[in-house]
This record gives sequence, structure tokens and C-alpha cells, in this order.
Amino acid sequence: MTAPALHGVDAGPSGALAGAGMRVATHDVDTTHGPILYLDSVSVSFDGFRALNDLSLTIEDGELRCIIGPNGAGKTTMMDVITGKTRPDAGTAFFGQTIDLTQLTEAEIAHAGIGRKFQKPTVFEQHSVFENLELAMKADKRARTVVRARLSGGELERIAETLELVQLRDHVQRPAGLLSHGQKQWLEIGMLLMQEPRLLLLDEPVAGMTDDETIRTAELCLSLAGKHSVVVVEHDMDFIARIARTVTVLHEGSVLAEGPMDVVQADPRVIEVYLGR
Amino acid sequence: MNAMLPLPVRPMLAAPAHPLLTRGGWSAITLVAGVLFLLVPWLNLWLPAGHAFHVPDYFVSLAGKIMCYAIVALAMDLIWGYTGILSLGHGLFFALGGYAMGMYLMRSIGTEGVYQSELPDFMVFLDWKAYPWYWSFTDHFWYALLLVVLVPGLLALVFGYFAFRSRIKGVYFSIITQALTFAFMLLFFRNDTGFGGNNGFTDFKRILGFPIATPGTRMVLFMTTGAALLGAFLLGRYIVTSRLGRVLTAIRDAESRVMFCGYNPLHYKLFIWTLSAVLSGIAGALYVPQVGIINPGEMSPANSIEIAIWAAVGGRGTLVGPILGAFVVNGAKSWFTVAFPEFWLFFLGLTFILVTLFLPHGVVGLLRRRGRARS
Repeated sequence: MTAPALHGVDAGPSGALAGAGMRVATHDVDTTHGPILYLDSVSVSFDGFRALNDLSLTIEDGELRCIIGPNGAGKTTMMDVITGKTRPDAGTAFFGQTIDLTQLTEAEIAHAGIGRKFQKPTVFEQHSVFENLELAMKADKRARTVVRARLSGGELERIAETLELVQLRDHVQRPAGLLSHGQKQWLEIGMLLMQEPRLLLLDEPVAGMTDDETIRTAELCLSLAGKHSVVVVEHDMDFIARIARTVTVLHEGSVLAEGPMDVVQADPRVIEVYLGR
Repeated sequence: MNAMLPLPVRPMLAAPAHPLLTRGGWSAITLVAGVLFLLVPWLNLWLPAGHAFHVPDYFVSLAGKIMCYAIVALAMDLIWGYTGILSLGHGLFFALGGYAMGMYLMRSIGTEGVYQSELPDFMVFLDWKAYPWYWSFTDHFWYALLLVVLVPGLLALVFGYFAFRSRIKGVYFSIITQALTFAFMLLFFRNDTGFGGNNGFTDFKRILGFPIATPGTRMVLFMTTGAALLGAFLLGRYIVTSRLGRVLTAIRDAESRVMFCGYNPLHYKLFIWTLSAVLSGIAGALYVPQVGIINPGEMSPANSIEIAIWAAVGGRGTLVGPILGAFVVNGAKSWFTVAFPEFWLFFLGLTFILVTLFLPHGVVGLLRRRGRARS
């Protein structure tokens, strides 16, 4: 599994491509036709179980999309495919018009501009909040440059802005492991923002949060849309109702229904598999 | 009376400083350097043997030997303590560095061996007529130094590339490294391999033209080892205080997050793994002229496990800890193997269990806890 060529990335002569392999600038994502993410007929099976079954989905640039569905509907597997953790058995996944996600490693996909928050908050527990944001920051992430990396004033300012945004300014020097569950979720979102992604994938961003934290997270998600494309997977229907514009319902690995929240909620098939239970 | 309360002003966010060493650290380093390069040489070479402060020769050899172990323990800390990858094969890299230096020392014997041949005694004994091709140029000191770095380095690079690329982790990686050193031990035990079989190399006469066992040569080797240890420590500090060091600990704590942040863990692991192997090789090369022997026993799995114990006893992820650990454990070993030789391995095993259970941060963790309790 050597580093594959980056499709559609104009990196000049092949030597430069090898060197710049880890640095795909986000403006290289071609969204001239509108959508930023295309999944087409994606299927994934684990030991005969079809986690994704001919799933097709497009996300528009700048859109805030909510994805719901009962357990086992394939929500997390879908995120695994988008971020390179799982390779599809069939189908294609494109970021913009040109970047074939099925050919890239996790790190390359992150560089291309896709940030992912895990279901279980995953931060660097031994590092301070500051260091977590510093490590996530969009930068040249090759070992030989990282060893000499120094924070510039601009970078420091961006860390300060993100700290304000995720309300962790007062905990900047605390080890991330000592934060509350909700704060860890926010730190993880802050880390994603430091990567300056074009597309944010948030897997259950309000799990384990208090009502107050949930409301603030909803506000944060709404403020991110437009500047970024955001895909939210959640079980918390109050949260979804608060932020939803277009909702996609997954069931048994494919799209069951898609549309505005009230239309989806009224769909008898959706009621049967999910909401009505 | 209602004076306006000033709005709370938030201090500017300052980037955390990551100094190479604190002021106390620099003082400590200077002190250690003074002891290594001035005090010990003076007390050993210039004071007469009967003097109360005379440092005996055996102490110089022992301390020199343990400093070699300390370099390996430090190398182990970089890969295990900081990056979370437990190698149980570091004795292999140490031995390979030692063998590379040993080849040069064997060639330096010249015709003073038992058989008075140009070839080492073991080759005469096997009825070999000429050096095998891989002994070419080993009569040059600079070439031996090159091998000391390249052989462990390249082996680690190739092995690490395949292991890390296949995402082999945790106990599986440890077991494979253990098997690797065992396989090499069997290979080196064979006479046909051309490295002296189970006797290895010994009976060295001189290094760079100087007789190898005189107090003067011994002192130069001691001081060189001391310099290598200090250099390895400063290099280690440079790495762990850099952002690269923070990426390494991040890989240890949450590797998937590191990947989704856009770092390729393969490159980072490969870098620190190879560096760790090279440091071990250098330690082995310094070890051989001081103890006067290298044989495949150095590649035995138990030796590699002992290296991990030094790091654990001293304190993983602290750099200073493993150096202390190497001294504490080997100091205890020198005493134990004289006083109660048959109980040493039991004692070592017990120490490892107790440290793992009660001192997760080793001796350094204990000292820090004491320091905090007092302040």
C-alpha cells in the first residue's frame, strides 16, 4: 500500500508531487458543479453482512446535512469510507469533481480537506488543550519539517480564535484527559476546525452532553455551515430538529428517504423503520 | 461611589515554551560532564592506587559499560516510552553495532593471534584461507564506524517499514522483534556465518594502534562513552521537546486521531524506530572495546527484555529515567551476582512486577511524587 498518486491534484512535475504528497491545498477541491461529496453505489460487506448496500449520496458545497437512521443503518461505515478507513467493495467516492477518496490514505484525505469527529471523543489526553489544537493545525505535516516547526504569530492567533469558539480559553494548559465529556467533544470539534477542512463529518457530536451544551453545539454547527460543508450523524432528534435543513434517513445500508425534516418525519416508511418505534 | 469595575482582561495567549533543558537541567548536565571528563579521570589516573579517593580501574570499566547500557535504555525510551512501541529486540541492534566494531578490533590483532596468521584464530581453525567478502575494508576504523551506524539502521529501516506499513502493533510487534533477535542469534551461533560462532570475538589487542587494556585507553573509551550518552540525551531532548515529539506521544495515545489530523504515522514511527536502533548500535560499538568480548549471547531474547526492564524501572517517557534505571538495575546486578548469584533473575523479575504494579512512572515518578509532596 504505497502512497498512491493524488488524482486531479495539479502538483507540477512528478518530483514535486512526491514531495508535496502530504500537502493537498484545500482550494484544489473542485466544486464547480456544486456538490463537494459524491458517493455513488457504494457497497461494503463485513463477513457477509452488508453494512452499506448500493448507497448513493451527494452533499452540496456549504451544506449542513443531517443523517439519521437506526443502529446498524451504516452511518459510521459511511464515514469510514469517506475518510479512507474502510475501502468500499463496489462504488465510487469522490471529494469534489476530481479527488478519488478510495485511492487515498487517511492522512491524505485529511490533507485534502475532510475532518472527522469520532463517535467516542478522541483527543490526545496527555497533551494540553493548546497542544491538541497545535497538532491538529493545518500545516506541513511531514516529519522532517515538523521537527523544526515553530508557531508563528498568525498560527497562535488562530489557536486563540478556536479556543474562544469552542469555549476552552480557560482550560488552555489543562491536559485534555481532564476535561469533561462535553468539553472533549468541543475540543475535538476545535481540532477539526484547526485543520481548516472543507467538509466536516461529525459522528454523534452531542452524545453525553448536557442540554445546555447541546444547544450551544447546535449553534456552533449552524455557524459552521456555509463556511464549511457539515455532515452530522446523530440519534438525538431534538438536536436534529434544531439544526436540520436537509435530512437523509439511512436504513440497512442505503438511503430510505431524503428531504426537509417535516417531510421526512411524515414519510410512512421512515416512521415504520425508525421514528415510530 | 459606584466606580466602574474594570472588565476582566484576558491575558494574551502565549505559546507554551518547550526549552531544550531548564536552567536546573543545564546545571545538572554541566555537573555530570565535570564528573565524567575531569573528576573521574583525575581520581583514577593521577591519584596513587592507595589513596582514599582513588577511583579503581574496575570501577571505570563498570561505569563505562553501564553508560553503554544507559544509551540503549534511552533509545528504548524514545520508541517505547514516547511512541508506545515496545521493542523486545533492541539487544540485536546493540549486538550488531558491537559486531561491527568487533570486526575492526579483530583485524587490529594482526598476526599476534594464537596461530600467528593474518586471519583471526577462528577462521584459521575453520581452515579458511581468506576473509569472506563482507569482511572487506573492516581493517579501516572509519569503515567500521560506518557499519556501526548503517547495519542496525538499515535493518531497522527495512524491518520497520514492513511492520509499520502492515500496521502491526502492540504485543504482536513485540513478539516479532523478539523472534527477530532470536533468529539472528541462531544465525550468529553458526561457525559458517563467519563471526566466530558461539565464541564470538575476543582477545582484542589494540584500538587505533593503542593497546586496548591500559588505563589510558580505558579512560578515553570511558570519556567517549560519556560524551555519547550526553549527546544521545540532548538529541532525545531535542526530539521530545519539538512538535515531532508531541506527534510521537500523540501516536502513542490516539493513533487514529493522528491519521485523521493528516499525519502519516508510518514516517514518524520509522524515523524514531531507526534512530533508536542506530543509538543502540553506537552503544554496542562502545561496549565491545570496554568489555573485550562480543558473542551471540548478546542477541538472546532475555537481554532485550532486560533493556525494557531498565527503561520501566527508571521511568518511561522521561529520558532521565531509563538512564537511572540502567544504573540502578545494573548496579544491583553487579552486587547480586557476587553475593547471591542464583537469585539474580528472580530478583529482576520481582523488580519488574513491582515496578509495573506500583511505580508506573518508575524511579523518576517516585522522586517527582516525593518532590511534590514536600513542596
